[in-house]
Amino acid sequence: MWRDLRLLAGDIGLVAAKDLRIEWRARTTLGQVVPFALLVLVMFGFALNANRPTLELATPGLLWMTVLFATVVAVQRSVAVESTDGAGRMLLLSGMAPAAAFGGKTLAVAVQLLAVAVVLVPGVVLLYGAEIESLLLAVVTSIAATAGLAAAGSLLGAVVAGVRAHQTVLPILLLPVVAPVLIAATRAFEDALGTAAVNGWSWVGLLAGFTAANVALGAVAYGPLMEEA
Amino acid sequence: MSRPATGDPTTPTGYLGGPARTGSRFTFWLGAATLAGFAGVAALGLLVVPADDVQGDAVRIIFVHVPSALGAYAALGLTAVGSVMWLWRRSQWWDITAHAGAEVGVLLCGLMLVTGMLWGRPTWGTYWEWGDVRLVTALILFLVMVGYLSVRALGGPAGSVSTRAAVVGLVGAVNIGIVNRSVNWWANRTLHQQSSLTDGKLEDMTLLTLILAFVVAAMAIWWMVMHRFRIGWLERQLADRDIHQAVQARRAEAGR
Repeated sequence: MWRDLRLLAGDIGLVAAKDLRIEWRARTTLGQVVPFALLVLVMFGFALNANRPTLELATPGLLWMTVLFATVVAVQRSVAVESTDGAGRMLLLSGMAPAAAFGGKTLAVAVQLLAVAVVLVPGVVLLYGAEIESLLLAVVTSIAATAGLAAAGSLLGAVVAGVRAHQTVLPILLLPVVAPVLIAATRAFEDALGTAAVNGWSWVGLLAGFTAANVALGAVAYGPLMEEA
Repeated sequence: MSRPATGDPTTPTGYLGGPARTGSRFTFWLGAATLAGFAGVAALGLLVVPADDVQGDAVRIIFVHVPSALGAYAALGLTAVGSVMWLWRRSQWWDITAHAGAEVGVLLCGLMLVTGMLWGRPTWGTYWEWGDVRLVTALILFLVMVGYLSVRALGGPAGSVSTRAAVVGLVGAVNIGIVNRSVNWWANRTLHQQSSLTDGKLEDMTLLTLILAFVVAAMAIWWMVMHRFRIGWLERQLADRDIHQAVQARRAEAGR
């Protein structure tokens, strides 16, 4: 039992390290996803007429909306890595448990999204004038929300892997599914930034539940999906 | 129209046998009874049931809205079960049932949302209330299931499409749970009234009409799912026949 779990954790680490190494060498997250996310923040500023009170009020929602857009880009990139030359199929032929491959890809996307959030939070402080009142809540929310986004994204990314229209179908599938993450992360950040009187920790619980459900679904469904891709 | 003989490869289903039509004597009478039921619910709901003291005539929308809501959950639940059975047993029967359930479920979910908005305008003073969690999650469920139908329309090998759609169906099932429980999880954020049916607050005639509406809705769903199932079944048969004919043609070429 413990040996199996250690093996699973080792394989998850291997796949995550592989994906992150590819991302580091290609510089997609740093060179494209992060600038894209910052650009969206600036565009929201224009869209809301650079009205400081409105921006401060809307900061949590705009922040997580931007992370959501970044999720679509990051997941599409993650899918493309496995689709090229049948790499995903080879990964499973190596004898690795599909759940481990799914866990590794989810972990890699989560790390990238966390990196995006780490850049965006100072971005909203500087551009929108936000102030962080509870750093711990902001950090825990960011970890829980990016994990949930990565799990749902990797699962639905596997659904569209190998499909010609995957770039258009993925947002249609992903955005409604991750709506609870957007709601919960926004509410929790409202508490962390002090823009609304809500209990942010209860929303973190919802994020944890969402993440657990999608990780469980992904662990079961990833194998059959990759066989069909 | 005469029924094609089974065993004739030139007919859509002759190659593998089975019915070549989506209708049967049973579905004809079921459809006729459903239409009569609709007429009965309309007559009772519009002419006999009295207007509500608070909601006025708007209360009559519940005869469409509530059965639509329960029907949508039931049809999408069928999709969830069918999705599990496809992933677990590779059951083509359940896969086609899941697809049929999703199409009917999306239709009823849309009807639930539209009638809910029409009821909300005179009752809440607005068509849409973002603070109402049940309303918003029902919309999310609708959008997830529209995504399910998009995956079904992607094309490709039948088994591949079925597996992809089954996973999306399961994700949708998780959302059904959220829709059902949301009013309790975030009770302080909903404008939805608690169930009048279980509270026993409905008048006798209103209750009778609502029960009749449930029965008629169940019959309508049954009728639609059966027809959609048979269309799906015939599509598979047609695809199999095309493959069979293509194989025969190649064999004939090779033997020449």
